[in-house]
Amino acid sequence: MAKLRTRKHKVVLARSAGGDVGITIILTILGIFMFLPMLYTIMQSLKPLDELWMYPPKFYVMSPTFSNFKSLFSLMNESWVPFSRYIFNTIFTSVAGTFGHLFIASLAAYTLAKIKFPGANGMFQLVQLSLMFNATVTSITSFIIFSAFHWLDTYWAIIVPAWASTLGLYLMKQFMDSNVPDTVLESARLDGASELKTYWTIAMPMVKPAWLTLIIYSFQSLWNAGASMYIHSEQLKSFSYAITQITAGGIKRAGASAAATVIMMMVPILVFVVSQSNIIETMGSSGMKD
Amino acid sequence: MSKKTAEKQAVARKDMTMGQWVWKEMKRNKVAYLMVAPYMILFLIFTVFPVILSIIISFTNFNMLEMPDFVFLNNYITLFFDDDIFLIACKNTFIFAAIVGPASYLLSFLVAWFINELPPKIRAVVTLIFYAPSISGQAYLIWQTLFSADSYGWVNATLLELGLIDEEINWFQREEYAMPLCIVVSLWTSLGTAFLSFIAGLQGVDASLYEAGAVDGIKNRWQELYYITLPSMKPQLMFGAVMSITGAFGYGAIVTALCGFPSVNYSAHTIMHHLEDYGGQRYEIGYSSAIAVVLFVIMVGANAIVKKILSKVGT
Repeated sequence: MAKLRTRKHKVVLARSAGGDVGITIILTILGIFMFLPMLYTIMQSLKPLDELWMYPPKFYVMSPTFSNFKSLFSLMNESWVPFSRYIFNTIFTSVAGTFGHLFIASLAAYTLAKIKFPGANGMFQLVQLSLMFNATVTSITSFIIFSAFHWLDTYWAIIVPAWASTLGLYLMKQFMDSNVPDTVLESARLDGASELKTYWTIAMPMVKPAWLTLIIYSFQSLWNAGASMYIHSEQLKSFSYAITQITAGGIKRAGASAAATVIMMMVPILVFVVSQSNIIETMGSSGMKD
Repeated sequence: MSKKTAEKQAVARKDMTMGQWVWKEMKRNKVAYLMVAPYMILFLIFTVFPVILSIIISFTNFNMLEMPDFVFLNNYITLFFDDDIFLIACKNTFIFAAIVGPASYLLSFLVAWFINELPPKIRAVVTLIFYAPSISGQAYLIWQTLFSADSYGWVNATLLELGLIDEEINWFQREEYAMPLCIVVSLWTSLGTAFLSFIAGLQGVDASLYEAGAVDGIKNRWQELYYITLPSMKPQLMFGAVMSITGAFGYGAIVTALCGFPSVNYSAHTIMHHLEDYGGQRYEIGYSSAIAVVLFVIMVGANAIVKKILSKVGT
């Protein structure tokens, strides 16, 4: 009963109706700002040609049609490199990069989080430091390194660096810190399980939300990867790059390019819809301690 | 670590020097090194080593074909004293980062805070609406359609209809509009990882703290935010800051896509573009490495300063 009263007390005092109204108004305005461009993209993709070139332009589509998607597919068939090749490139690099990342990063995350050994802290600090700059900084010298490895113009230049992406290791390590109790691991070790076995059979099943988060982050960035300065051959380029080329075709292709954008953005959005609760759960332990 | 081995170590440590003890620990944990090795080796090769290599090469003239020759600080001197476009790029980068970084941070937090008390299903939908632009690849190209240079562009058409302008504005090719528009579009895509982290952090604040706070005389949601919420989610605030700051330097691709490269009169030219120009197109590797080092120092410096400020909040 006492608890109930405190709750009531809180509601009366801490939440003014004026504040609620104000917040709702601000949130609605921001929401419209965020949502309208997305909605407009979808509208554009469904507009027939005469509506795309109507003056004054209408926001909403009046007679929706899939003709833009159809013309996108016929454009794809005309392209010099078969369009399926671009799609294959993106799917192949996304899948290979993501799975390698999941295993390599989670193995390291487990070790850094759950085994105490000299240097563990320093390694993690270094990874944390690398969250503070982005890949632009390393793009030029990575070019030199790939060239030394003879990786220029191969899938390797896309896939292998993705394996060691830093945000994934960071999130996985933080999540293991707070969600894998040491006592459970300790009893497994006392039973004679090797560290590798403890990692795989005990720790990993406990951190499924973090797996999913790593998979999604890695997949998103590889899926959206456009033209890479390390890839020259047309037949190794990504789906996202091919779409930019269609868009660059200018006014005539406005419809097809809107259709392509819709296809491109639906994949990460659907993946997020399915996995949202797991990602938020992982983010619960994302905090930086110092 | 079991109690027994911990005791053993405590004893062992007395009759060993620190160095011997570390060495023994390292040998005892051989497996651990093997387990971090795949990741750490790749991380060193593709993240740490490129930074070190940039610093070294930035002191040389190097074009990928001939042997580099050592020129000491020449690249940096040229950069800061002879390259007017670099100075424009610096100015634009600072303006860009100083607006987009804090604005996206505040926006991420405010939206996360506003939606925190919504029912879970509605919260999930609102989260999706705000988060979607950041994961939608090149969906930002729609802004080019909205702000298209001709009268078929929705913004131009609307302004013409309302009689606010007499002729179409070529938005992304006008010096005075290019940069502000790019900032708006970048903000549109900026509710990313920090935003999700804040949502999770707010959900994780112990509800009993709020109840105790109400009893202790917290009068409104602002006091609740200041005295209870913010101090309880400081680690997330820190992580979000790093994500927002690093992100604020990562919008070069949006500028290139919307304004072209280079942007009209370099009005939206940033250090990222300058780097791409000299490294990716002119193959002046030494010079572009110097640009990369400057960018590195700016980014890590901005992060360090903000982390320092944040660590003082609420203490």
